[in-house]
Amino acid sequence: MADYSSLDIRQRSASTDQPPAIRSHMEVAKLIDVSKCIGCKACQSACEEWNDLRDDIGVNTGVYDNPHDLTPKTWTLMRFTEYENPETQNLEWLIRKDGCMHCTEPGCLKACPSPGAIVQYSNGIVDFIEENCIGCGYCVKGCPFNIPRLSEKDHKAYKCTLCSDRVAVGQAPACAKACPTGSIMFGTKQAMIEQAHDRVEDLQSRGFKNAGLYDPAGVSGTHVMYVLHHNDKPSLYAGLPNDPKISPLVAFWKGGAKVFGLAAMGFAAVAGFFHYVTAGPNEVAPEEEEEAVELDHEKRRNGGSEARPH
Amino acid sequence: MTVQVSRRGLLRGVGSGLAGGTLGALGFGGLEPAMAAAVRPFKLAQMRETRNTCPYCSVSCGVILYSLGDRSKNARSAVMHVEGDPDHPVNRGTLCPKGSALLDFIQSETRTKYPLYRAAGAAEFKRVSWDFALDRIARLLKDDRDRNFVAKNGDLTVNRWTTTGFLGASATTNETAWITYKAVRSMGALVFDNQARV
Repeated sequence: MADYSSLDIRQRSASTDQPPAIRSHMEVAKLIDVSKCIGCKACQSACEEWNDLRDDIGVNTGVYDNPHDLTPKTWTLMRFTEYENPETQNLEWLIRKDGCMHCTEPGCLKACPSPGAIVQYSNGIVDFIEENCIGCGYCVKGCPFNIPRLSEKDHKAYKCTLCSDRVAVGQAPACAKACPTGSIMFGTKQAMIEQAHDRVEDLQSRGFKNAGLYDPAGVSGTHVMYVLHHNDKPSLYAGLPNDPKISPLVAFWKGGAKVFGLAAMGFAAVAGFFHYVTAGPNEVAPEEEEEAVELDHEKRRNGGSEARPH
Repeated sequence: MTVQVSRRGLLRGVGSGLAGGTLGALGFGGLEPAMAAAVRPFKLAQMRETRNTCPYCSVSCGVILYSLGDRSKNARSAVMHVEGDPDHPVNRGTLCPKGSALLDFIQSETRTKYPLYRAAGAAEFKRVSWDFALDRIARLLKDDRDRNFVAKNGDLTVNRWTTTGFLGASATTNETAWITYKAVRSMGALVFDNQARV
């Protein structure tokens, strides 16, 4: 059996020293075949059950999305879109399981300033280690898919773990196991890509000529991939980004600005030290001290209680 | 109590703090200890597995109940997790949203665990013994059947009883379903659904 259960860390947030890895492991992936999904939400149920999350009872916003957005306690969510296809005049009900995409180049990890709060295992899973999270919310800004959510209760960020605890013992994520139509599949990334190609071929033969695999190159591929009937227009599926990229602001602050800032701070510290050595501390001459005392007395005489102690 | 900090003291403190932080950020601080990942431990490692059937619909999916406790006298068992049974031919490990949420069904405080009886006119249900419940059901069935049994339709013998219905459980197997069928039909009852289709 392919060993895709690795928990060796490949990337770690805000850390320069990455532990070396001598073992090589299979990368895992979850493949979500949107064309087979019936929107039953078994994945949502199974996710909440496995991860011991129970979201608060929400409100109905008039659509099937329930809850209507990801929350710190809802890590995966069915998003429903009604699309009238102008070519076929068919009403298509597009249902997408939203959740963390486990990017190869995770924007959240790149943006995270807290050492070890976000890690990427060598099997590709991106995991939040809440213990190290400082709740700054940079991961939310860094994520091209708008996935992490900050909890108001403990002020830490939460998202799908791809059931790293299950994968570590060779089991599929809870959502993939529960899915009654086999729309969610789990295996090595290679196997999932092959599986996706079979499905894409099948869909194309059924008239979806733009069917394809969503494995966006903007984040160097993801470990959660979609088979879409309209891969030319991913945004149809409840705003799935057409070309997800990590925000240039994250690249700027974590790249050039960080180096420049550290250099400026270092220079200031060194310059301060040399100034102290060469010029010495700021001395107060005895005459100045006397003058100040005199002034103070004068003020007390004139203003009475208005004089402030310094 | 207020701490008196002179302007000079404040500047000195801030300056040295900044310098220290800068040195740390530049990499002169202690190296981050290589930390083991805080992956959640696999929660089923020490659990007892019990095969069962989902109680909801007639599809009758197989489930595995994962429970804590080794069934020793003083250890209370508790179901902690429910998952689809991969060896069950009906669902092969999968479950619907209701089945996936069975744990909360089991742990629900309002789940019926014993016969409850609300007498006519009473506001509340009261716990009763199985003997009481079965006797009362039998009594009511008998009375209703005696009143409404149709033996003949003209000259034709029909022996039917249509005023009471019977609903079998979804979790029954072929054999229990067969016995249920025989028992209910033998009384002439026509309104009958065994629900289970397995």
